[in-house]
Amino acid sequence: MTEHAEGQQHPLGIYFWIWGLLFLLSGFSYATDFMPHGYVRWGLILLFMFLKAGFIIAIFMHMAWERLALVYAIFAPPTLLLVFIWLMVIEGEYTSSTRGFFFDEPPAPVGHIQEH
Amino acid sequence: MQQSALTDYAFDKPGHSGIVSDWSSDKQAFPVPWGKAMMWIFLLCDIFIFAIFLIGYMTVRISSNVPWPLPSEVFALTIFGYNMPLILIALMTFILITSSGTMALAVNFGYRGNRKVTAGLMVITALLGASFVGMQAFEWTHLIVDLGVRPWENPMGAAQFGATFFMITGFHGMHVTVGVIYLAIVAFKVWRGDYESRGYEIVEIAGLYWHFVDLVWVFIFAFFYLW
Repeated sequence: MTEHAEGQQHPLGIYFWIWGLLFLLSGFSYATDFMPHGYVRWGLILLFMFLKAGFIIAIFMHMAWERLALVYAIFAPPTLLLVFIWLMVIEGEYTSSTRGFFFDEPPAPVGHIQEH
Repeated sequence: MQQSALTDYAFDKPGHSGIVSDWSSDKQAFPVPWGKAMMWIFLLCDIFIFAIFLIGYMTVRISSNVPWPLPSEVFALTIFGYNMPLILIALMTFILITSSGTMALAVNFGYRGNRKVTAGLMVITALLGASFVGMQAFEWTHLIVDLGVRPWENPMGAAQFGATFFMITGFHGMHVTVGVIYLAIVAFKVWRGDYESRGYEIVEIAGLYWHFVDLVWVFIFAFFYLW
């Protein structure tokens, strides 16, 4: 240990591994653009997105080695956003249906989740 | 900085029982330098701002009955005679991932006390960030001048495409720009040796901000450009 030994110190190798993995996942992400729109494509987009985000947070931002008290203090509050997303999906569908009803506009476009 | 220098309390309980003991007894909760804790709390605020932008985008896209332009075609470029869909955005993604890697290395070399290599890696990171902003300026020019997209209208379909595009990528681009300036200042101070006695956690704190900018781009890339 040198006099500077402090904070988050890890072998260089793990950074190179994660770096390469992020490149690979970005390539996969880009490849989904050549797929037809649908649940498979959306599922893969989300899968690669969460994997990339997870590796950046856990390894590059060192959250894998931090105390759980800090990890939860930062990442527990954003889970509330799921409620907000749910509310706004309902609101968006409602606005869309009233527009369709009153303005007699054509139905929703490509790349759009339609459940009815 | 050793933990005993922060407080007399030993952060030794693992896992979930550690959460209770870390938060209780009227003492410091996080065994990290204060600057790092504050950067994380700032990033928590930023998570909410970008989340609200993306949720707003989701809402207007769901509620629009006018066709949404296909990003794959809007952001295509013709290179050497080949029409490459979304190629500019893919390139920007790889540049940002590369810069995240050089930043992670800078943090590592900072803690080793190798200030020349640390400053060099931070300058490379900042230059990659600057090239990202440059490509974004190119992209904005293309949309505004060639395609006629405005925040209030869009000749290819839903007007909300322009509003959300300029808002989300503009706010992210501003974060990258601020990050480039921040990294350049810290890199200069590292190179000058300002942190020889104080320690190099400042590099990790700047790195947290930079990785966050990359993190936000992962979500923008997925939801705005690929969806």
